[in-house]
Amino acid sequence: MKPSSFHIASYCRIIDNNIVKNDEVLFTEKTGDLSSFLKKAYKHMEIRYPKFFKMDTLSKLAFIAAETLLKDSVEKNTALVFSNKSSSLDTDRKHSASITDSVHPYASPAIFVYTLPNICLGEISIRHSLYSENSFFIFDEFNPRLLTDYCDSLLSTGKTEKILCGWVDVDKQEYDAFLYLIARTGVYPYTTDELTRLYRKT
Amino acid sequence: MSSVFLSHNNIFSAYGPDSVSAIAQIKEGVSSLQLVEDSYLLEGPFYSSRISDDLLNEKFERLRPTENYTRLEKILIASLSDTLEKADLEIDDRVGLIVSTTKGNIDVLEKHSVFPEKRAYLAQLGKKIKEFFQFQNDAIILSNACVSGVLALAVAKRLISQKTYDHVLVVGGDLVTKFIMSGFNAFQALSPEPCRPYCKTRSGINIGEVGSSVLVTADTRQMAREAVKIMGEASCNDANHISGPSRTGEGLFRSVQAALEQSGLSIESIDYISAHGTATLFNDEMEAIAFNRANLQKTPLNSLKGYFGHTLGASGLLETLIGMHSLQKNMLFASKGFQELGVSRPLNIIKDTTSKPLRTFIKTASGFGGCNTAAIFQSAKP
Repeated sequence: MKPSSFHIASYCRIIDNNIVKNDEVLFTEKTGDLSSFLKKAYKHMEIRYPKFFKMDTLSKLAFIAAETLLKDSVEKNTALVFSNKSSSLDTDRKHSASITDSVHPYASPAIFVYTLPNICLGEISIRHSLYSENSFFIFDEFNPRLLTDYCDSLLSTGKTEKILCGWVDVDKQEYDAFLYLIARTGVYPYTTDELTRLYRKT
Repeated sequence: MSSVFLSHNNIFSAYGPDSVSAIAQIKEGVSSLQLVEDSYLLEGPFYSSRISDDLLNEKFERLRPTENYTRLEKILIASLSDTLEKADLEIDDRVGLIVSTTKGNIDVLEKHSVFPEKRAYLAQLGKKIKEFFQFQNDAIILSNACVSGVLALAVAKRLISQKTYDHVLVVGGDLVTKFIMSGFNAFQALSPEPCRPYCKTRSGINIGEVGSSVLVTADTRQMAREAVKIMGEASCNDANHISGPSRTGEGLFRSVQAALEQSGLSIESIDYISAHGTATLFNDEMEAIAFNRANLQKTPLNSLKGYFGHTLGASGLLETLIGMHSLQKNMLFASKGFQELGVSRPLNIIKDTTSKPLRTFIKTASGFGGCNTAAIFQSAKP
């Protein structure tokens, strides 16, 4: 069953210190690591949300990508279907190092809570008041076919009106976010071929 | 849309290597929680339910492995091999595999691990299971905190309805590790005693370890005696807090409402609630609020955490499997550890294991990130 009347309303890619929305560069930064890049992006986008600074890197990346696509969206029945390769390993390593520190072993609740990939879904749900379907999948690489099958099922059973879907991965200094908003109206066709094209292009 | 069922299944736990051994002990009111003293995992003694190395290695060696597997891989493979044996299913390109886990092989980050760090990537865990059984499709890993196990069943149903697969094997598990114990301890969430969900004297969770697996299928020729039909399922976020349960039970309430709506069933037809009941103060209180808002306060309810502890990525799946056996035996299992109601709203906690004709139950789970899932199951017997 293919819900025929859906489109990709917009997409956002964050990679190599660039934020692209719908083929247009929103923000770029020549130097600096991921953490400073995300902070500068936050400032550039004039976001006021102090909780951002408490988030781990994966949540910050997902938050910024989601912000570009959801800030103009009023539909609250928007499901979140995210995926990545590295789960929350970037933060897992921090928790693991902290609890086995030879001088002062210590477990921090503020770090431990981020040792789950779906926490970024919670952060986005809180920010945009979304009481919606959430799922976080792990794949070796971006898997538009499976994500599309799953999203089609949510749309065709009327579980959701819109879906913010895609890939958000952080692994040490490597990162990649590609999120897209599936809605009834939009400029891009909602097909796996188009998703593959948009992902490869940016 | 065709009906989707849960059928052949396995619970690999401290009770033994299959579902039958767990059910036999639960029926007798025996908990598998034991006092553990292991200062590497946690300073000071704690209660946990852990699979014995002897049982695991004995069962696993019989499968004649040709390479080294991690403890979690062994548990998941041992569980899945029993389910597959019971199902007698040919693994072709129409058979999917979903792995439900929160932390996977997280223990390979430990200094003494003999496995490379690469093994901590969850897709690697999926690959090991896929290759062991020669699945033709890549494993789909679902890692959605403590709702993973029951959400994995919803995902399996959705992918079967969507014709991605004809059958899906769902396998779930997590380990009791220093990583997990230190984290929950930092949250002051661990109980020094066997946990007592919904009880006035509850003092937190115990962490447990199981592997569990089930065949999800639309094929009515594949029905085990305890098979159930998935009537409705839904998942809703609290949009409130990443680690604290919602004070209004918003996401859980909405999940229950949406699952009921999809099932087309009335509240009266729900024979019992297999709730999450972790025995933390805030979680159990949140559930009581949500179930009262859903008008389910009179429906018999249990938490199975008093038997296994909280088994994380496996818990929702494990507890659904127990629910299936509960229906098949027409038996409501006691909510182990409960003495006196300790939440602000009424709940009908099952105090003693009792026989009663049963047909339908609802399974709920809630977790970090504000996620909640509810699913309704009905006996597949005509």
